[in-house]
Amino acid sequence: MNFELTEERQMLQDTLRRFLREKYDTARRNEIIGSEAGMSPEIWAALAELGVIGALFTEDQGGFGGAGFDIAVVFEELGRAGVVEPLLDSALLGGRALAGAGRDALVEQVIAGAVHLAFAHGEPGGRYDLDHVQTVADGNRLTGRKAVVMNAEAADHLLVSARSGDEIGLYLVDRSAAGLSVQGYPLLAGGRAAEVTLENTPAQALGLGLDDIKDLNALAIVAQSAEALGAMETATALTQDYLMTRKQFGRPIGTFQALAHRMSDLLIEVEQARSAVINAAGYLETDDRDLFLSATKNLIGRAGRLVAEESIQMHGGIAMTQEYELAHIAKRIVMADHRFGDTDYHLERYIALCVA
Amino acid sequence: MDMSYTPEEQAFRAEVRAFLEAELSPELAEKVRLDRDLTKADMDGWHATLNARGWLAPNWPKSFGGAEWNAVQRHIFEEEACAAHAPRVVPFGLSMLAPVLQKFGSKAQQEHWLPRILDGSDWWCQGYSEPGAGSDLASLKTKAVRDGDHYIVNGQKTWTTLGQHANMIFCLVRTDPDVKQQEGISFLLIDMDTPGVEVRPIILLDGTHEVNEVWFTDVKVPVENLVGEENKGWTYAKYLLNHERTNIAGVGFSQAGLAAVKRVARAENHNGRPLIENPHFAARLAQVEIDLRAMATTNLRIVSKAAAGGAPGVEASMLKVKGTIIRQEINDLARRAAGPYAMPFASEAVEGANDMVPDPHDAGPVAASYFNNRKLSIFGGSNEIQRGIIAKVAMGGGR
Ligand SMILES: Cc1cc2nc3c(=O)[nH]c(=O)nc-3n(C[C@H](O)[C@H](O)[C@H](O)COP(=O)(O)OP(=O)(O)OC[C@H]3O[C@@H](n4cnc5c(N)ncnc54)[C@H](O)[C@@H]3O)c2cc1C
Repeated sequence: MNFELTEERQMLQDTLRRFLREKYDTARRNEIIGSEAGMSPEIWAALAELGVIGALFTEDQGGFGGAGFDIAVVFEELGRAGVVEPLLDSALLGGRALAGAGRDALVEQVIAGAVHLAFAHGEPGGRYDLDHVQTVADGNRLTGRKAVVMNAEAADHLLVSARSGDEIGLYLVDRSAAGLSVQGYPLLAGGRAAEVTLENTPAQALGLGLDDIKDLNALAIVAQSAEALGAMETATALTQDYLMTRKQFGRPIGTFQALAHRMSDLLIEVEQARSAVINAAGYLETDDRDLFLSATKNLIGRAGRLVAEESIQMHGGIAMTQEYELAHIAKRIVMADHRFGDTDYHLERYIALCVA
Repeated sequence: MDMSYTPEEQAFRAEVRAFLEAELSPELAEKVRLDRDLTKADMDGWHATLNARGWLAPNWPKSFGGAEWNAVQRHIFEEEACAAHAPRVVPFGLSMLAPVLQKFGSKAQQEHWLPRILDGSDWWCQGYSEPGAGSDLASLKTKAVRDGDHYIVNGQKTWTTLGQHANMIFCLVRTDPDVKQQEGISFLLIDMDTPGVEVRPIILLDGTHEVNEVWFTDVKVPVENLVGEENKGWTYAKYLLNHERTNIAGVGFSQAGLAAVKRVARAENHNGRPLIENPHFAARLAQVEIDLRAMATTNLRIVSKAAAGGAPGVEASMLKVKGTIIRQEINDLARRAAGPYAMPFASEAVEGANDMVPDPHDAGPVAASYFNNRKLSIFGGSNEIQRGIIAKVAMGGGR
C-alpha cells in the first residue's frame, strides 16, 4: 500500500492548482458564468495546453494517464476552483467514448482542445437509470429526446444513445445534422445544458453498447466524486478561515463550541470523502468496481450535503451572496448529487450488489 | 383537550376558502407556486385585496383596524392561504413595526403611521443588521446625533429585505456610545427619500435581488420619528423580535411544500415505479410529514397560549428551530424528487428560461428554492442563537 501520488500526478496537481489559483478567481468565474457561452474558450485552450485533457486518456489512446487516479487528480482540482467548463462531459465522457470506438483522429483533436463534445444519454423520465433509452435508431437515423445534455450547444459532435430492437447503441451525431434541435439553458451551478430532440437525424453507429456506456458512467462517477471532494475542501477551508476571523460578541465565532464541534465534524467528513474517492479510483478496474462506485457516490452525496449546508450556516448571511466564493462552491457540491445517480439511487444499488 | 374544529371554525375555514377562490388570481397563485419573483405590483395588489376584506392585519387589535383573530383562526388562514399559493404578506410594517407602535408609539405616531400601513401608503423595511452586527445586534454602530429638531444619522445597514421597494425604514441606531451597548440604542423611523440615503442591491446565490445594503450619510431625521424614549430602543427591538417569531414555524409553507413534493414524486418514475413508492424516498417523506404533524400541534399550542397572555419566549425559539429544519428538509426532498431536472437554472433572472426547460413534471426551481431557504435558519435570530436562548432558559436559571 502506498497512498502517495506518483511524481507525474503530483506535478499535474501542482500545475493545475497553480494555474487555477491565478486565473480562475471568483470574479473571473462569475463573469464566465454570466457570459452567453457559459464557459471560456481561453480557459479551455489553456487547460488543453497544460495537458489536463491528455491526462484523462491512456497512452494507447494518445494521452498520458487515463487511470482512475489521473481522473481523480484532475477533477479534484477542477472542483476545488469551482470550474464550470464542461471537462467531464466534453473531454471525459465524450472523448473516452470516441477513444473506445477507435476514432483516434477525433480523439487527438479533443486532447488538443480543438473539438467539443456532448454526451446525450439521459432522457426525460429516465432519472438515473442507465438502460432507460427510448430514442430509436432506425438504421442510421435517430429519433427521440435527450434530457439536460451538458454542453450540447457548444459541441461539434454529440454522442447519442439509441435503441435498435433490444440493443442500446451509441451513435455519433454532427451538431449541424438535419433534424437535430438543441434548446439551451443555463444551469444553477454554472455552465449550460440543453434539451435535445432528434427527428430522423443522420448518425454513425460507433459500435459501442450499454456495457460501454456503463464503463463510461463509471469514469464519470470517479470524476464527479473527485470534483465534489475538491469543492468540499474549498468549502471547509473557507469556513475554517471565516470562523477564525469573523467576530461577534467580542470574539471569533469559532470559539463558540456550538460551531467549533461542527467544524470538526466537517473536517472528519472530508477525510471520509477523500478515502471514498480513493476507493472509487482504486477499484475502478476490479470486479468490485460497481460496489465501490456506489459506496463512494452515496457517501459523497451525504457528506456533500452536510458540508454545503453547514458551511453556509456557520458563515451566516455572507454565504448567501453571489459574490462570495462559497455560494458557488456549495451549489457545485449539492448539484453533483443530481448526476450519475444520487445518494438514494446509489444506496439502493449498493444494497442490491451486496445481496447479489 | 379537543382536537376537532368547532362549527364556527369550520365555517371560518369555508369563508377563507371562498375568499381565496374568488380573489386570488390563478396567474398570481401560479407565480407563487413556482417560487417566481413577485413584482411590487403583485405584492401591493394582494395587500390591497386583503385590506379590502379587513383581513390584512390578523394580529392587530380591532381598535387599530385589525381582525384580532385568535390562534386557531390565524392557523386556519395560514393553512388555506399557503395551500392556495397566496403570496406572503410583506411583514415589516404589519407584523413587526405595528406592534411596536401600538405598544410604545405616541398617539400621533399611531394615528399617522398605522393607517398608512394598512392602505399601503408606506412600504416599510427593517434596518437592524449591519456588516459587523449580525447575531451580536447590540454591537450596532450606525449613529444618530441630536441636532436641534433633528437627528443626524450616519452608518450602514445590510441584508435589508425588499428595501428596493421601501419608502420607509425602521432602524436601530446608536444614540449614546458611552454606556453599556444595549442602553445606548434608539428606535428611529427614517424616510428613505431623505437626501443621504442610498440603497445598493445584494444579489443572493440563487440570482435573486431580495436584500440590499442601505447607507446613511448625514441623513436628517425629525425628532418626532423617534419611537418611545431615547436609548430605550433595545427593549422595543426585543419586543419586535418576539412578534417576528410568532409565525416563524411556517407550518403552512411546509404543508404546501410537502404537497408539491408528493405531486412530483407521484409523477416521477424510478425503476419503473412511481418515485413515491420507492422505500427510501417514501420513508424520508413520511418522516418529515410525521414531524410536521407534531409541529402543527406544537405551533397551535404555543400560539394559543400566547394569545391567552403568556409571552412566547423560549417556545418561540423552539418553533423557529424545528420549523426551519422541517422546511429545509422539505426543500431537500423537493430537489431530490426532481432528479436531473433540478439542475437547470429556471429563474426569472434569465429571460424566458422557464419556457426552455420543459421539465416534465413542472417542479419549478426546486434547487434555487433549496439554496434560497438556507436563509431560514440564519435570519430572525439564527438557529444557533435560538438554541442558546433555549439552553439559557433551561439551564441558566430563568427568563
Ligand atoms: C436573506 C436574508 C434576509 C435578511 N433580512 C434582514 C432584514 O430585512 N433586516 C435586517 O435587519 N436583517 C436581515 N437579515 C440579517 C439577519 O438577521 C442576519 O443574517 C443574522 O442576524 C445573522 O447575522 P450574520 O449574517 O452577520 O451572521 P453572524 O452573526 O456573523 O453569524 C455567523 C455564524 O455564527 C453563529 N453564531 C454567532 N454568534 C454565536 C454564538 N454566540 N453562539 C453560537 N453561534 C453563534 C451564527 O449562528 C452563524 O452560524 C437578513 C439575512 C438574510 C440572509
